[in-house]
Amino acid sequence: MSVRVISVLENILQANDQIAAENRARLDAAGVYAINLMSSPGAGKTALIEQTLRALAPQVRIGMINGDTTAASLDAERGAQAGAMAVHVNTGGNCHLEAHMVRQALAALDLSALDLLIVENVGNLVCPSGWDLGVHARVVMASVTEGDDKPYKYPAMYRVADALVLNKIDLLPYLPFNLDYYLQGVRLLKPDVQIFQVSCRTGEGIGAWADWLRAHIRSGQNA
Amino acid sequence: MHELPITQHILEIVLRHAEAARATRVTDVYLVIGQLSSYVDESVQFYWDALARGTLAEGAQLHFEPVKAEVECQACGARSAWSQIAAGCPRCGDLRLKAVAGEEFYVRAIRVQEPDEVEESQR
Repeated sequence: MSVRVISVLENILQANDQIAAENRARLDAAGVYAINLMSSPGAGKTALIEQTLRALAPQVRIGMINGDTTAASLDAERGAQAGAMAVHVNTGGNCHLEAHMVRQALAALDLSALDLLIVENVGNLVCPSGWDLGVHARVVMASVTEGDDKPYKYPAMYRVADALVLNKIDLLPYLPFNLDYYLQGVRLLKPDVQIFQVSCRTGEGIGAWADWLRAHIRSGQNA
Repeated sequence: MHELPITQHILEIVLRHAEAARATRVTDVYLVIGQLSSYVDESVQFYWDALARGTLAEGAQLHFEPVKAEVECQACGARSAWSQIAAGCPRCGDLRLKAVAGEEFYVRAIRVQEPDEVEESQR
């Protein structure tokens, strides 16, 4: 019996990244622009999707993949009710979506009937950041009720953001939320991030967000 | 929680390389993990012990080689610790600091046992 050390040097997420690349190629071929929407629970992901549908549908045909840790498809039902073609993914307790789950969900959607696909990740500000799903842009959502220190505490999530949607700004007058301190943290981690300050309750700021999506859908370009 | 799928990926990589080398047993796994990836060593080892049971890698010891997170100032080029991110560059005060280390996340090497005849046939 002999002992040997074998050099491996293999990225642990390589298998996921490979499936993600296949997903992206499939979406590109169908001309569908896709985003991965990530936030902590309760930031307003589903409310943003409802507002987005109100602003863009039916001219823009919107699909939705909704990841949840259980079989309860409440969010997918809300999306379907608002007019999206919605697929619910039960992650089986997994705290984030992975590329193979999105691949399965893509098979259940008629991509030729879509312009925009919103992948609503599991509500979690840590785990989803490391997993490429094969979308075109990663959108991080936050709400002012979470506190202004979140970029500093969850740098991994903020660093992958192509766009940031800050929700519930109608509550700013009532909260000790220092917007400058928050935005400084966001820009430190991702200097070129697109920032949208919105209220999904009043509709404020949704127009700029919808314009940004529309521009990307039309151009078919990555963020 | 997310250490479970991560550990599955690590095991797949380790077994693939061990089988390609015709190893009879994997005794050690060396993982390079940057501070910016949020994984807990003890959790990975816990899942590993369960997942690797009955495979070539059963009982293998995981070795975590942490990489400290560092930033580089985009104005003056000075390197400093990740903890400076909110305070700015300690040399010139500029706030444009870019992460240059700490995102590593890979299997560096495995230590395996192999039968002597394999070694002899290679000579």
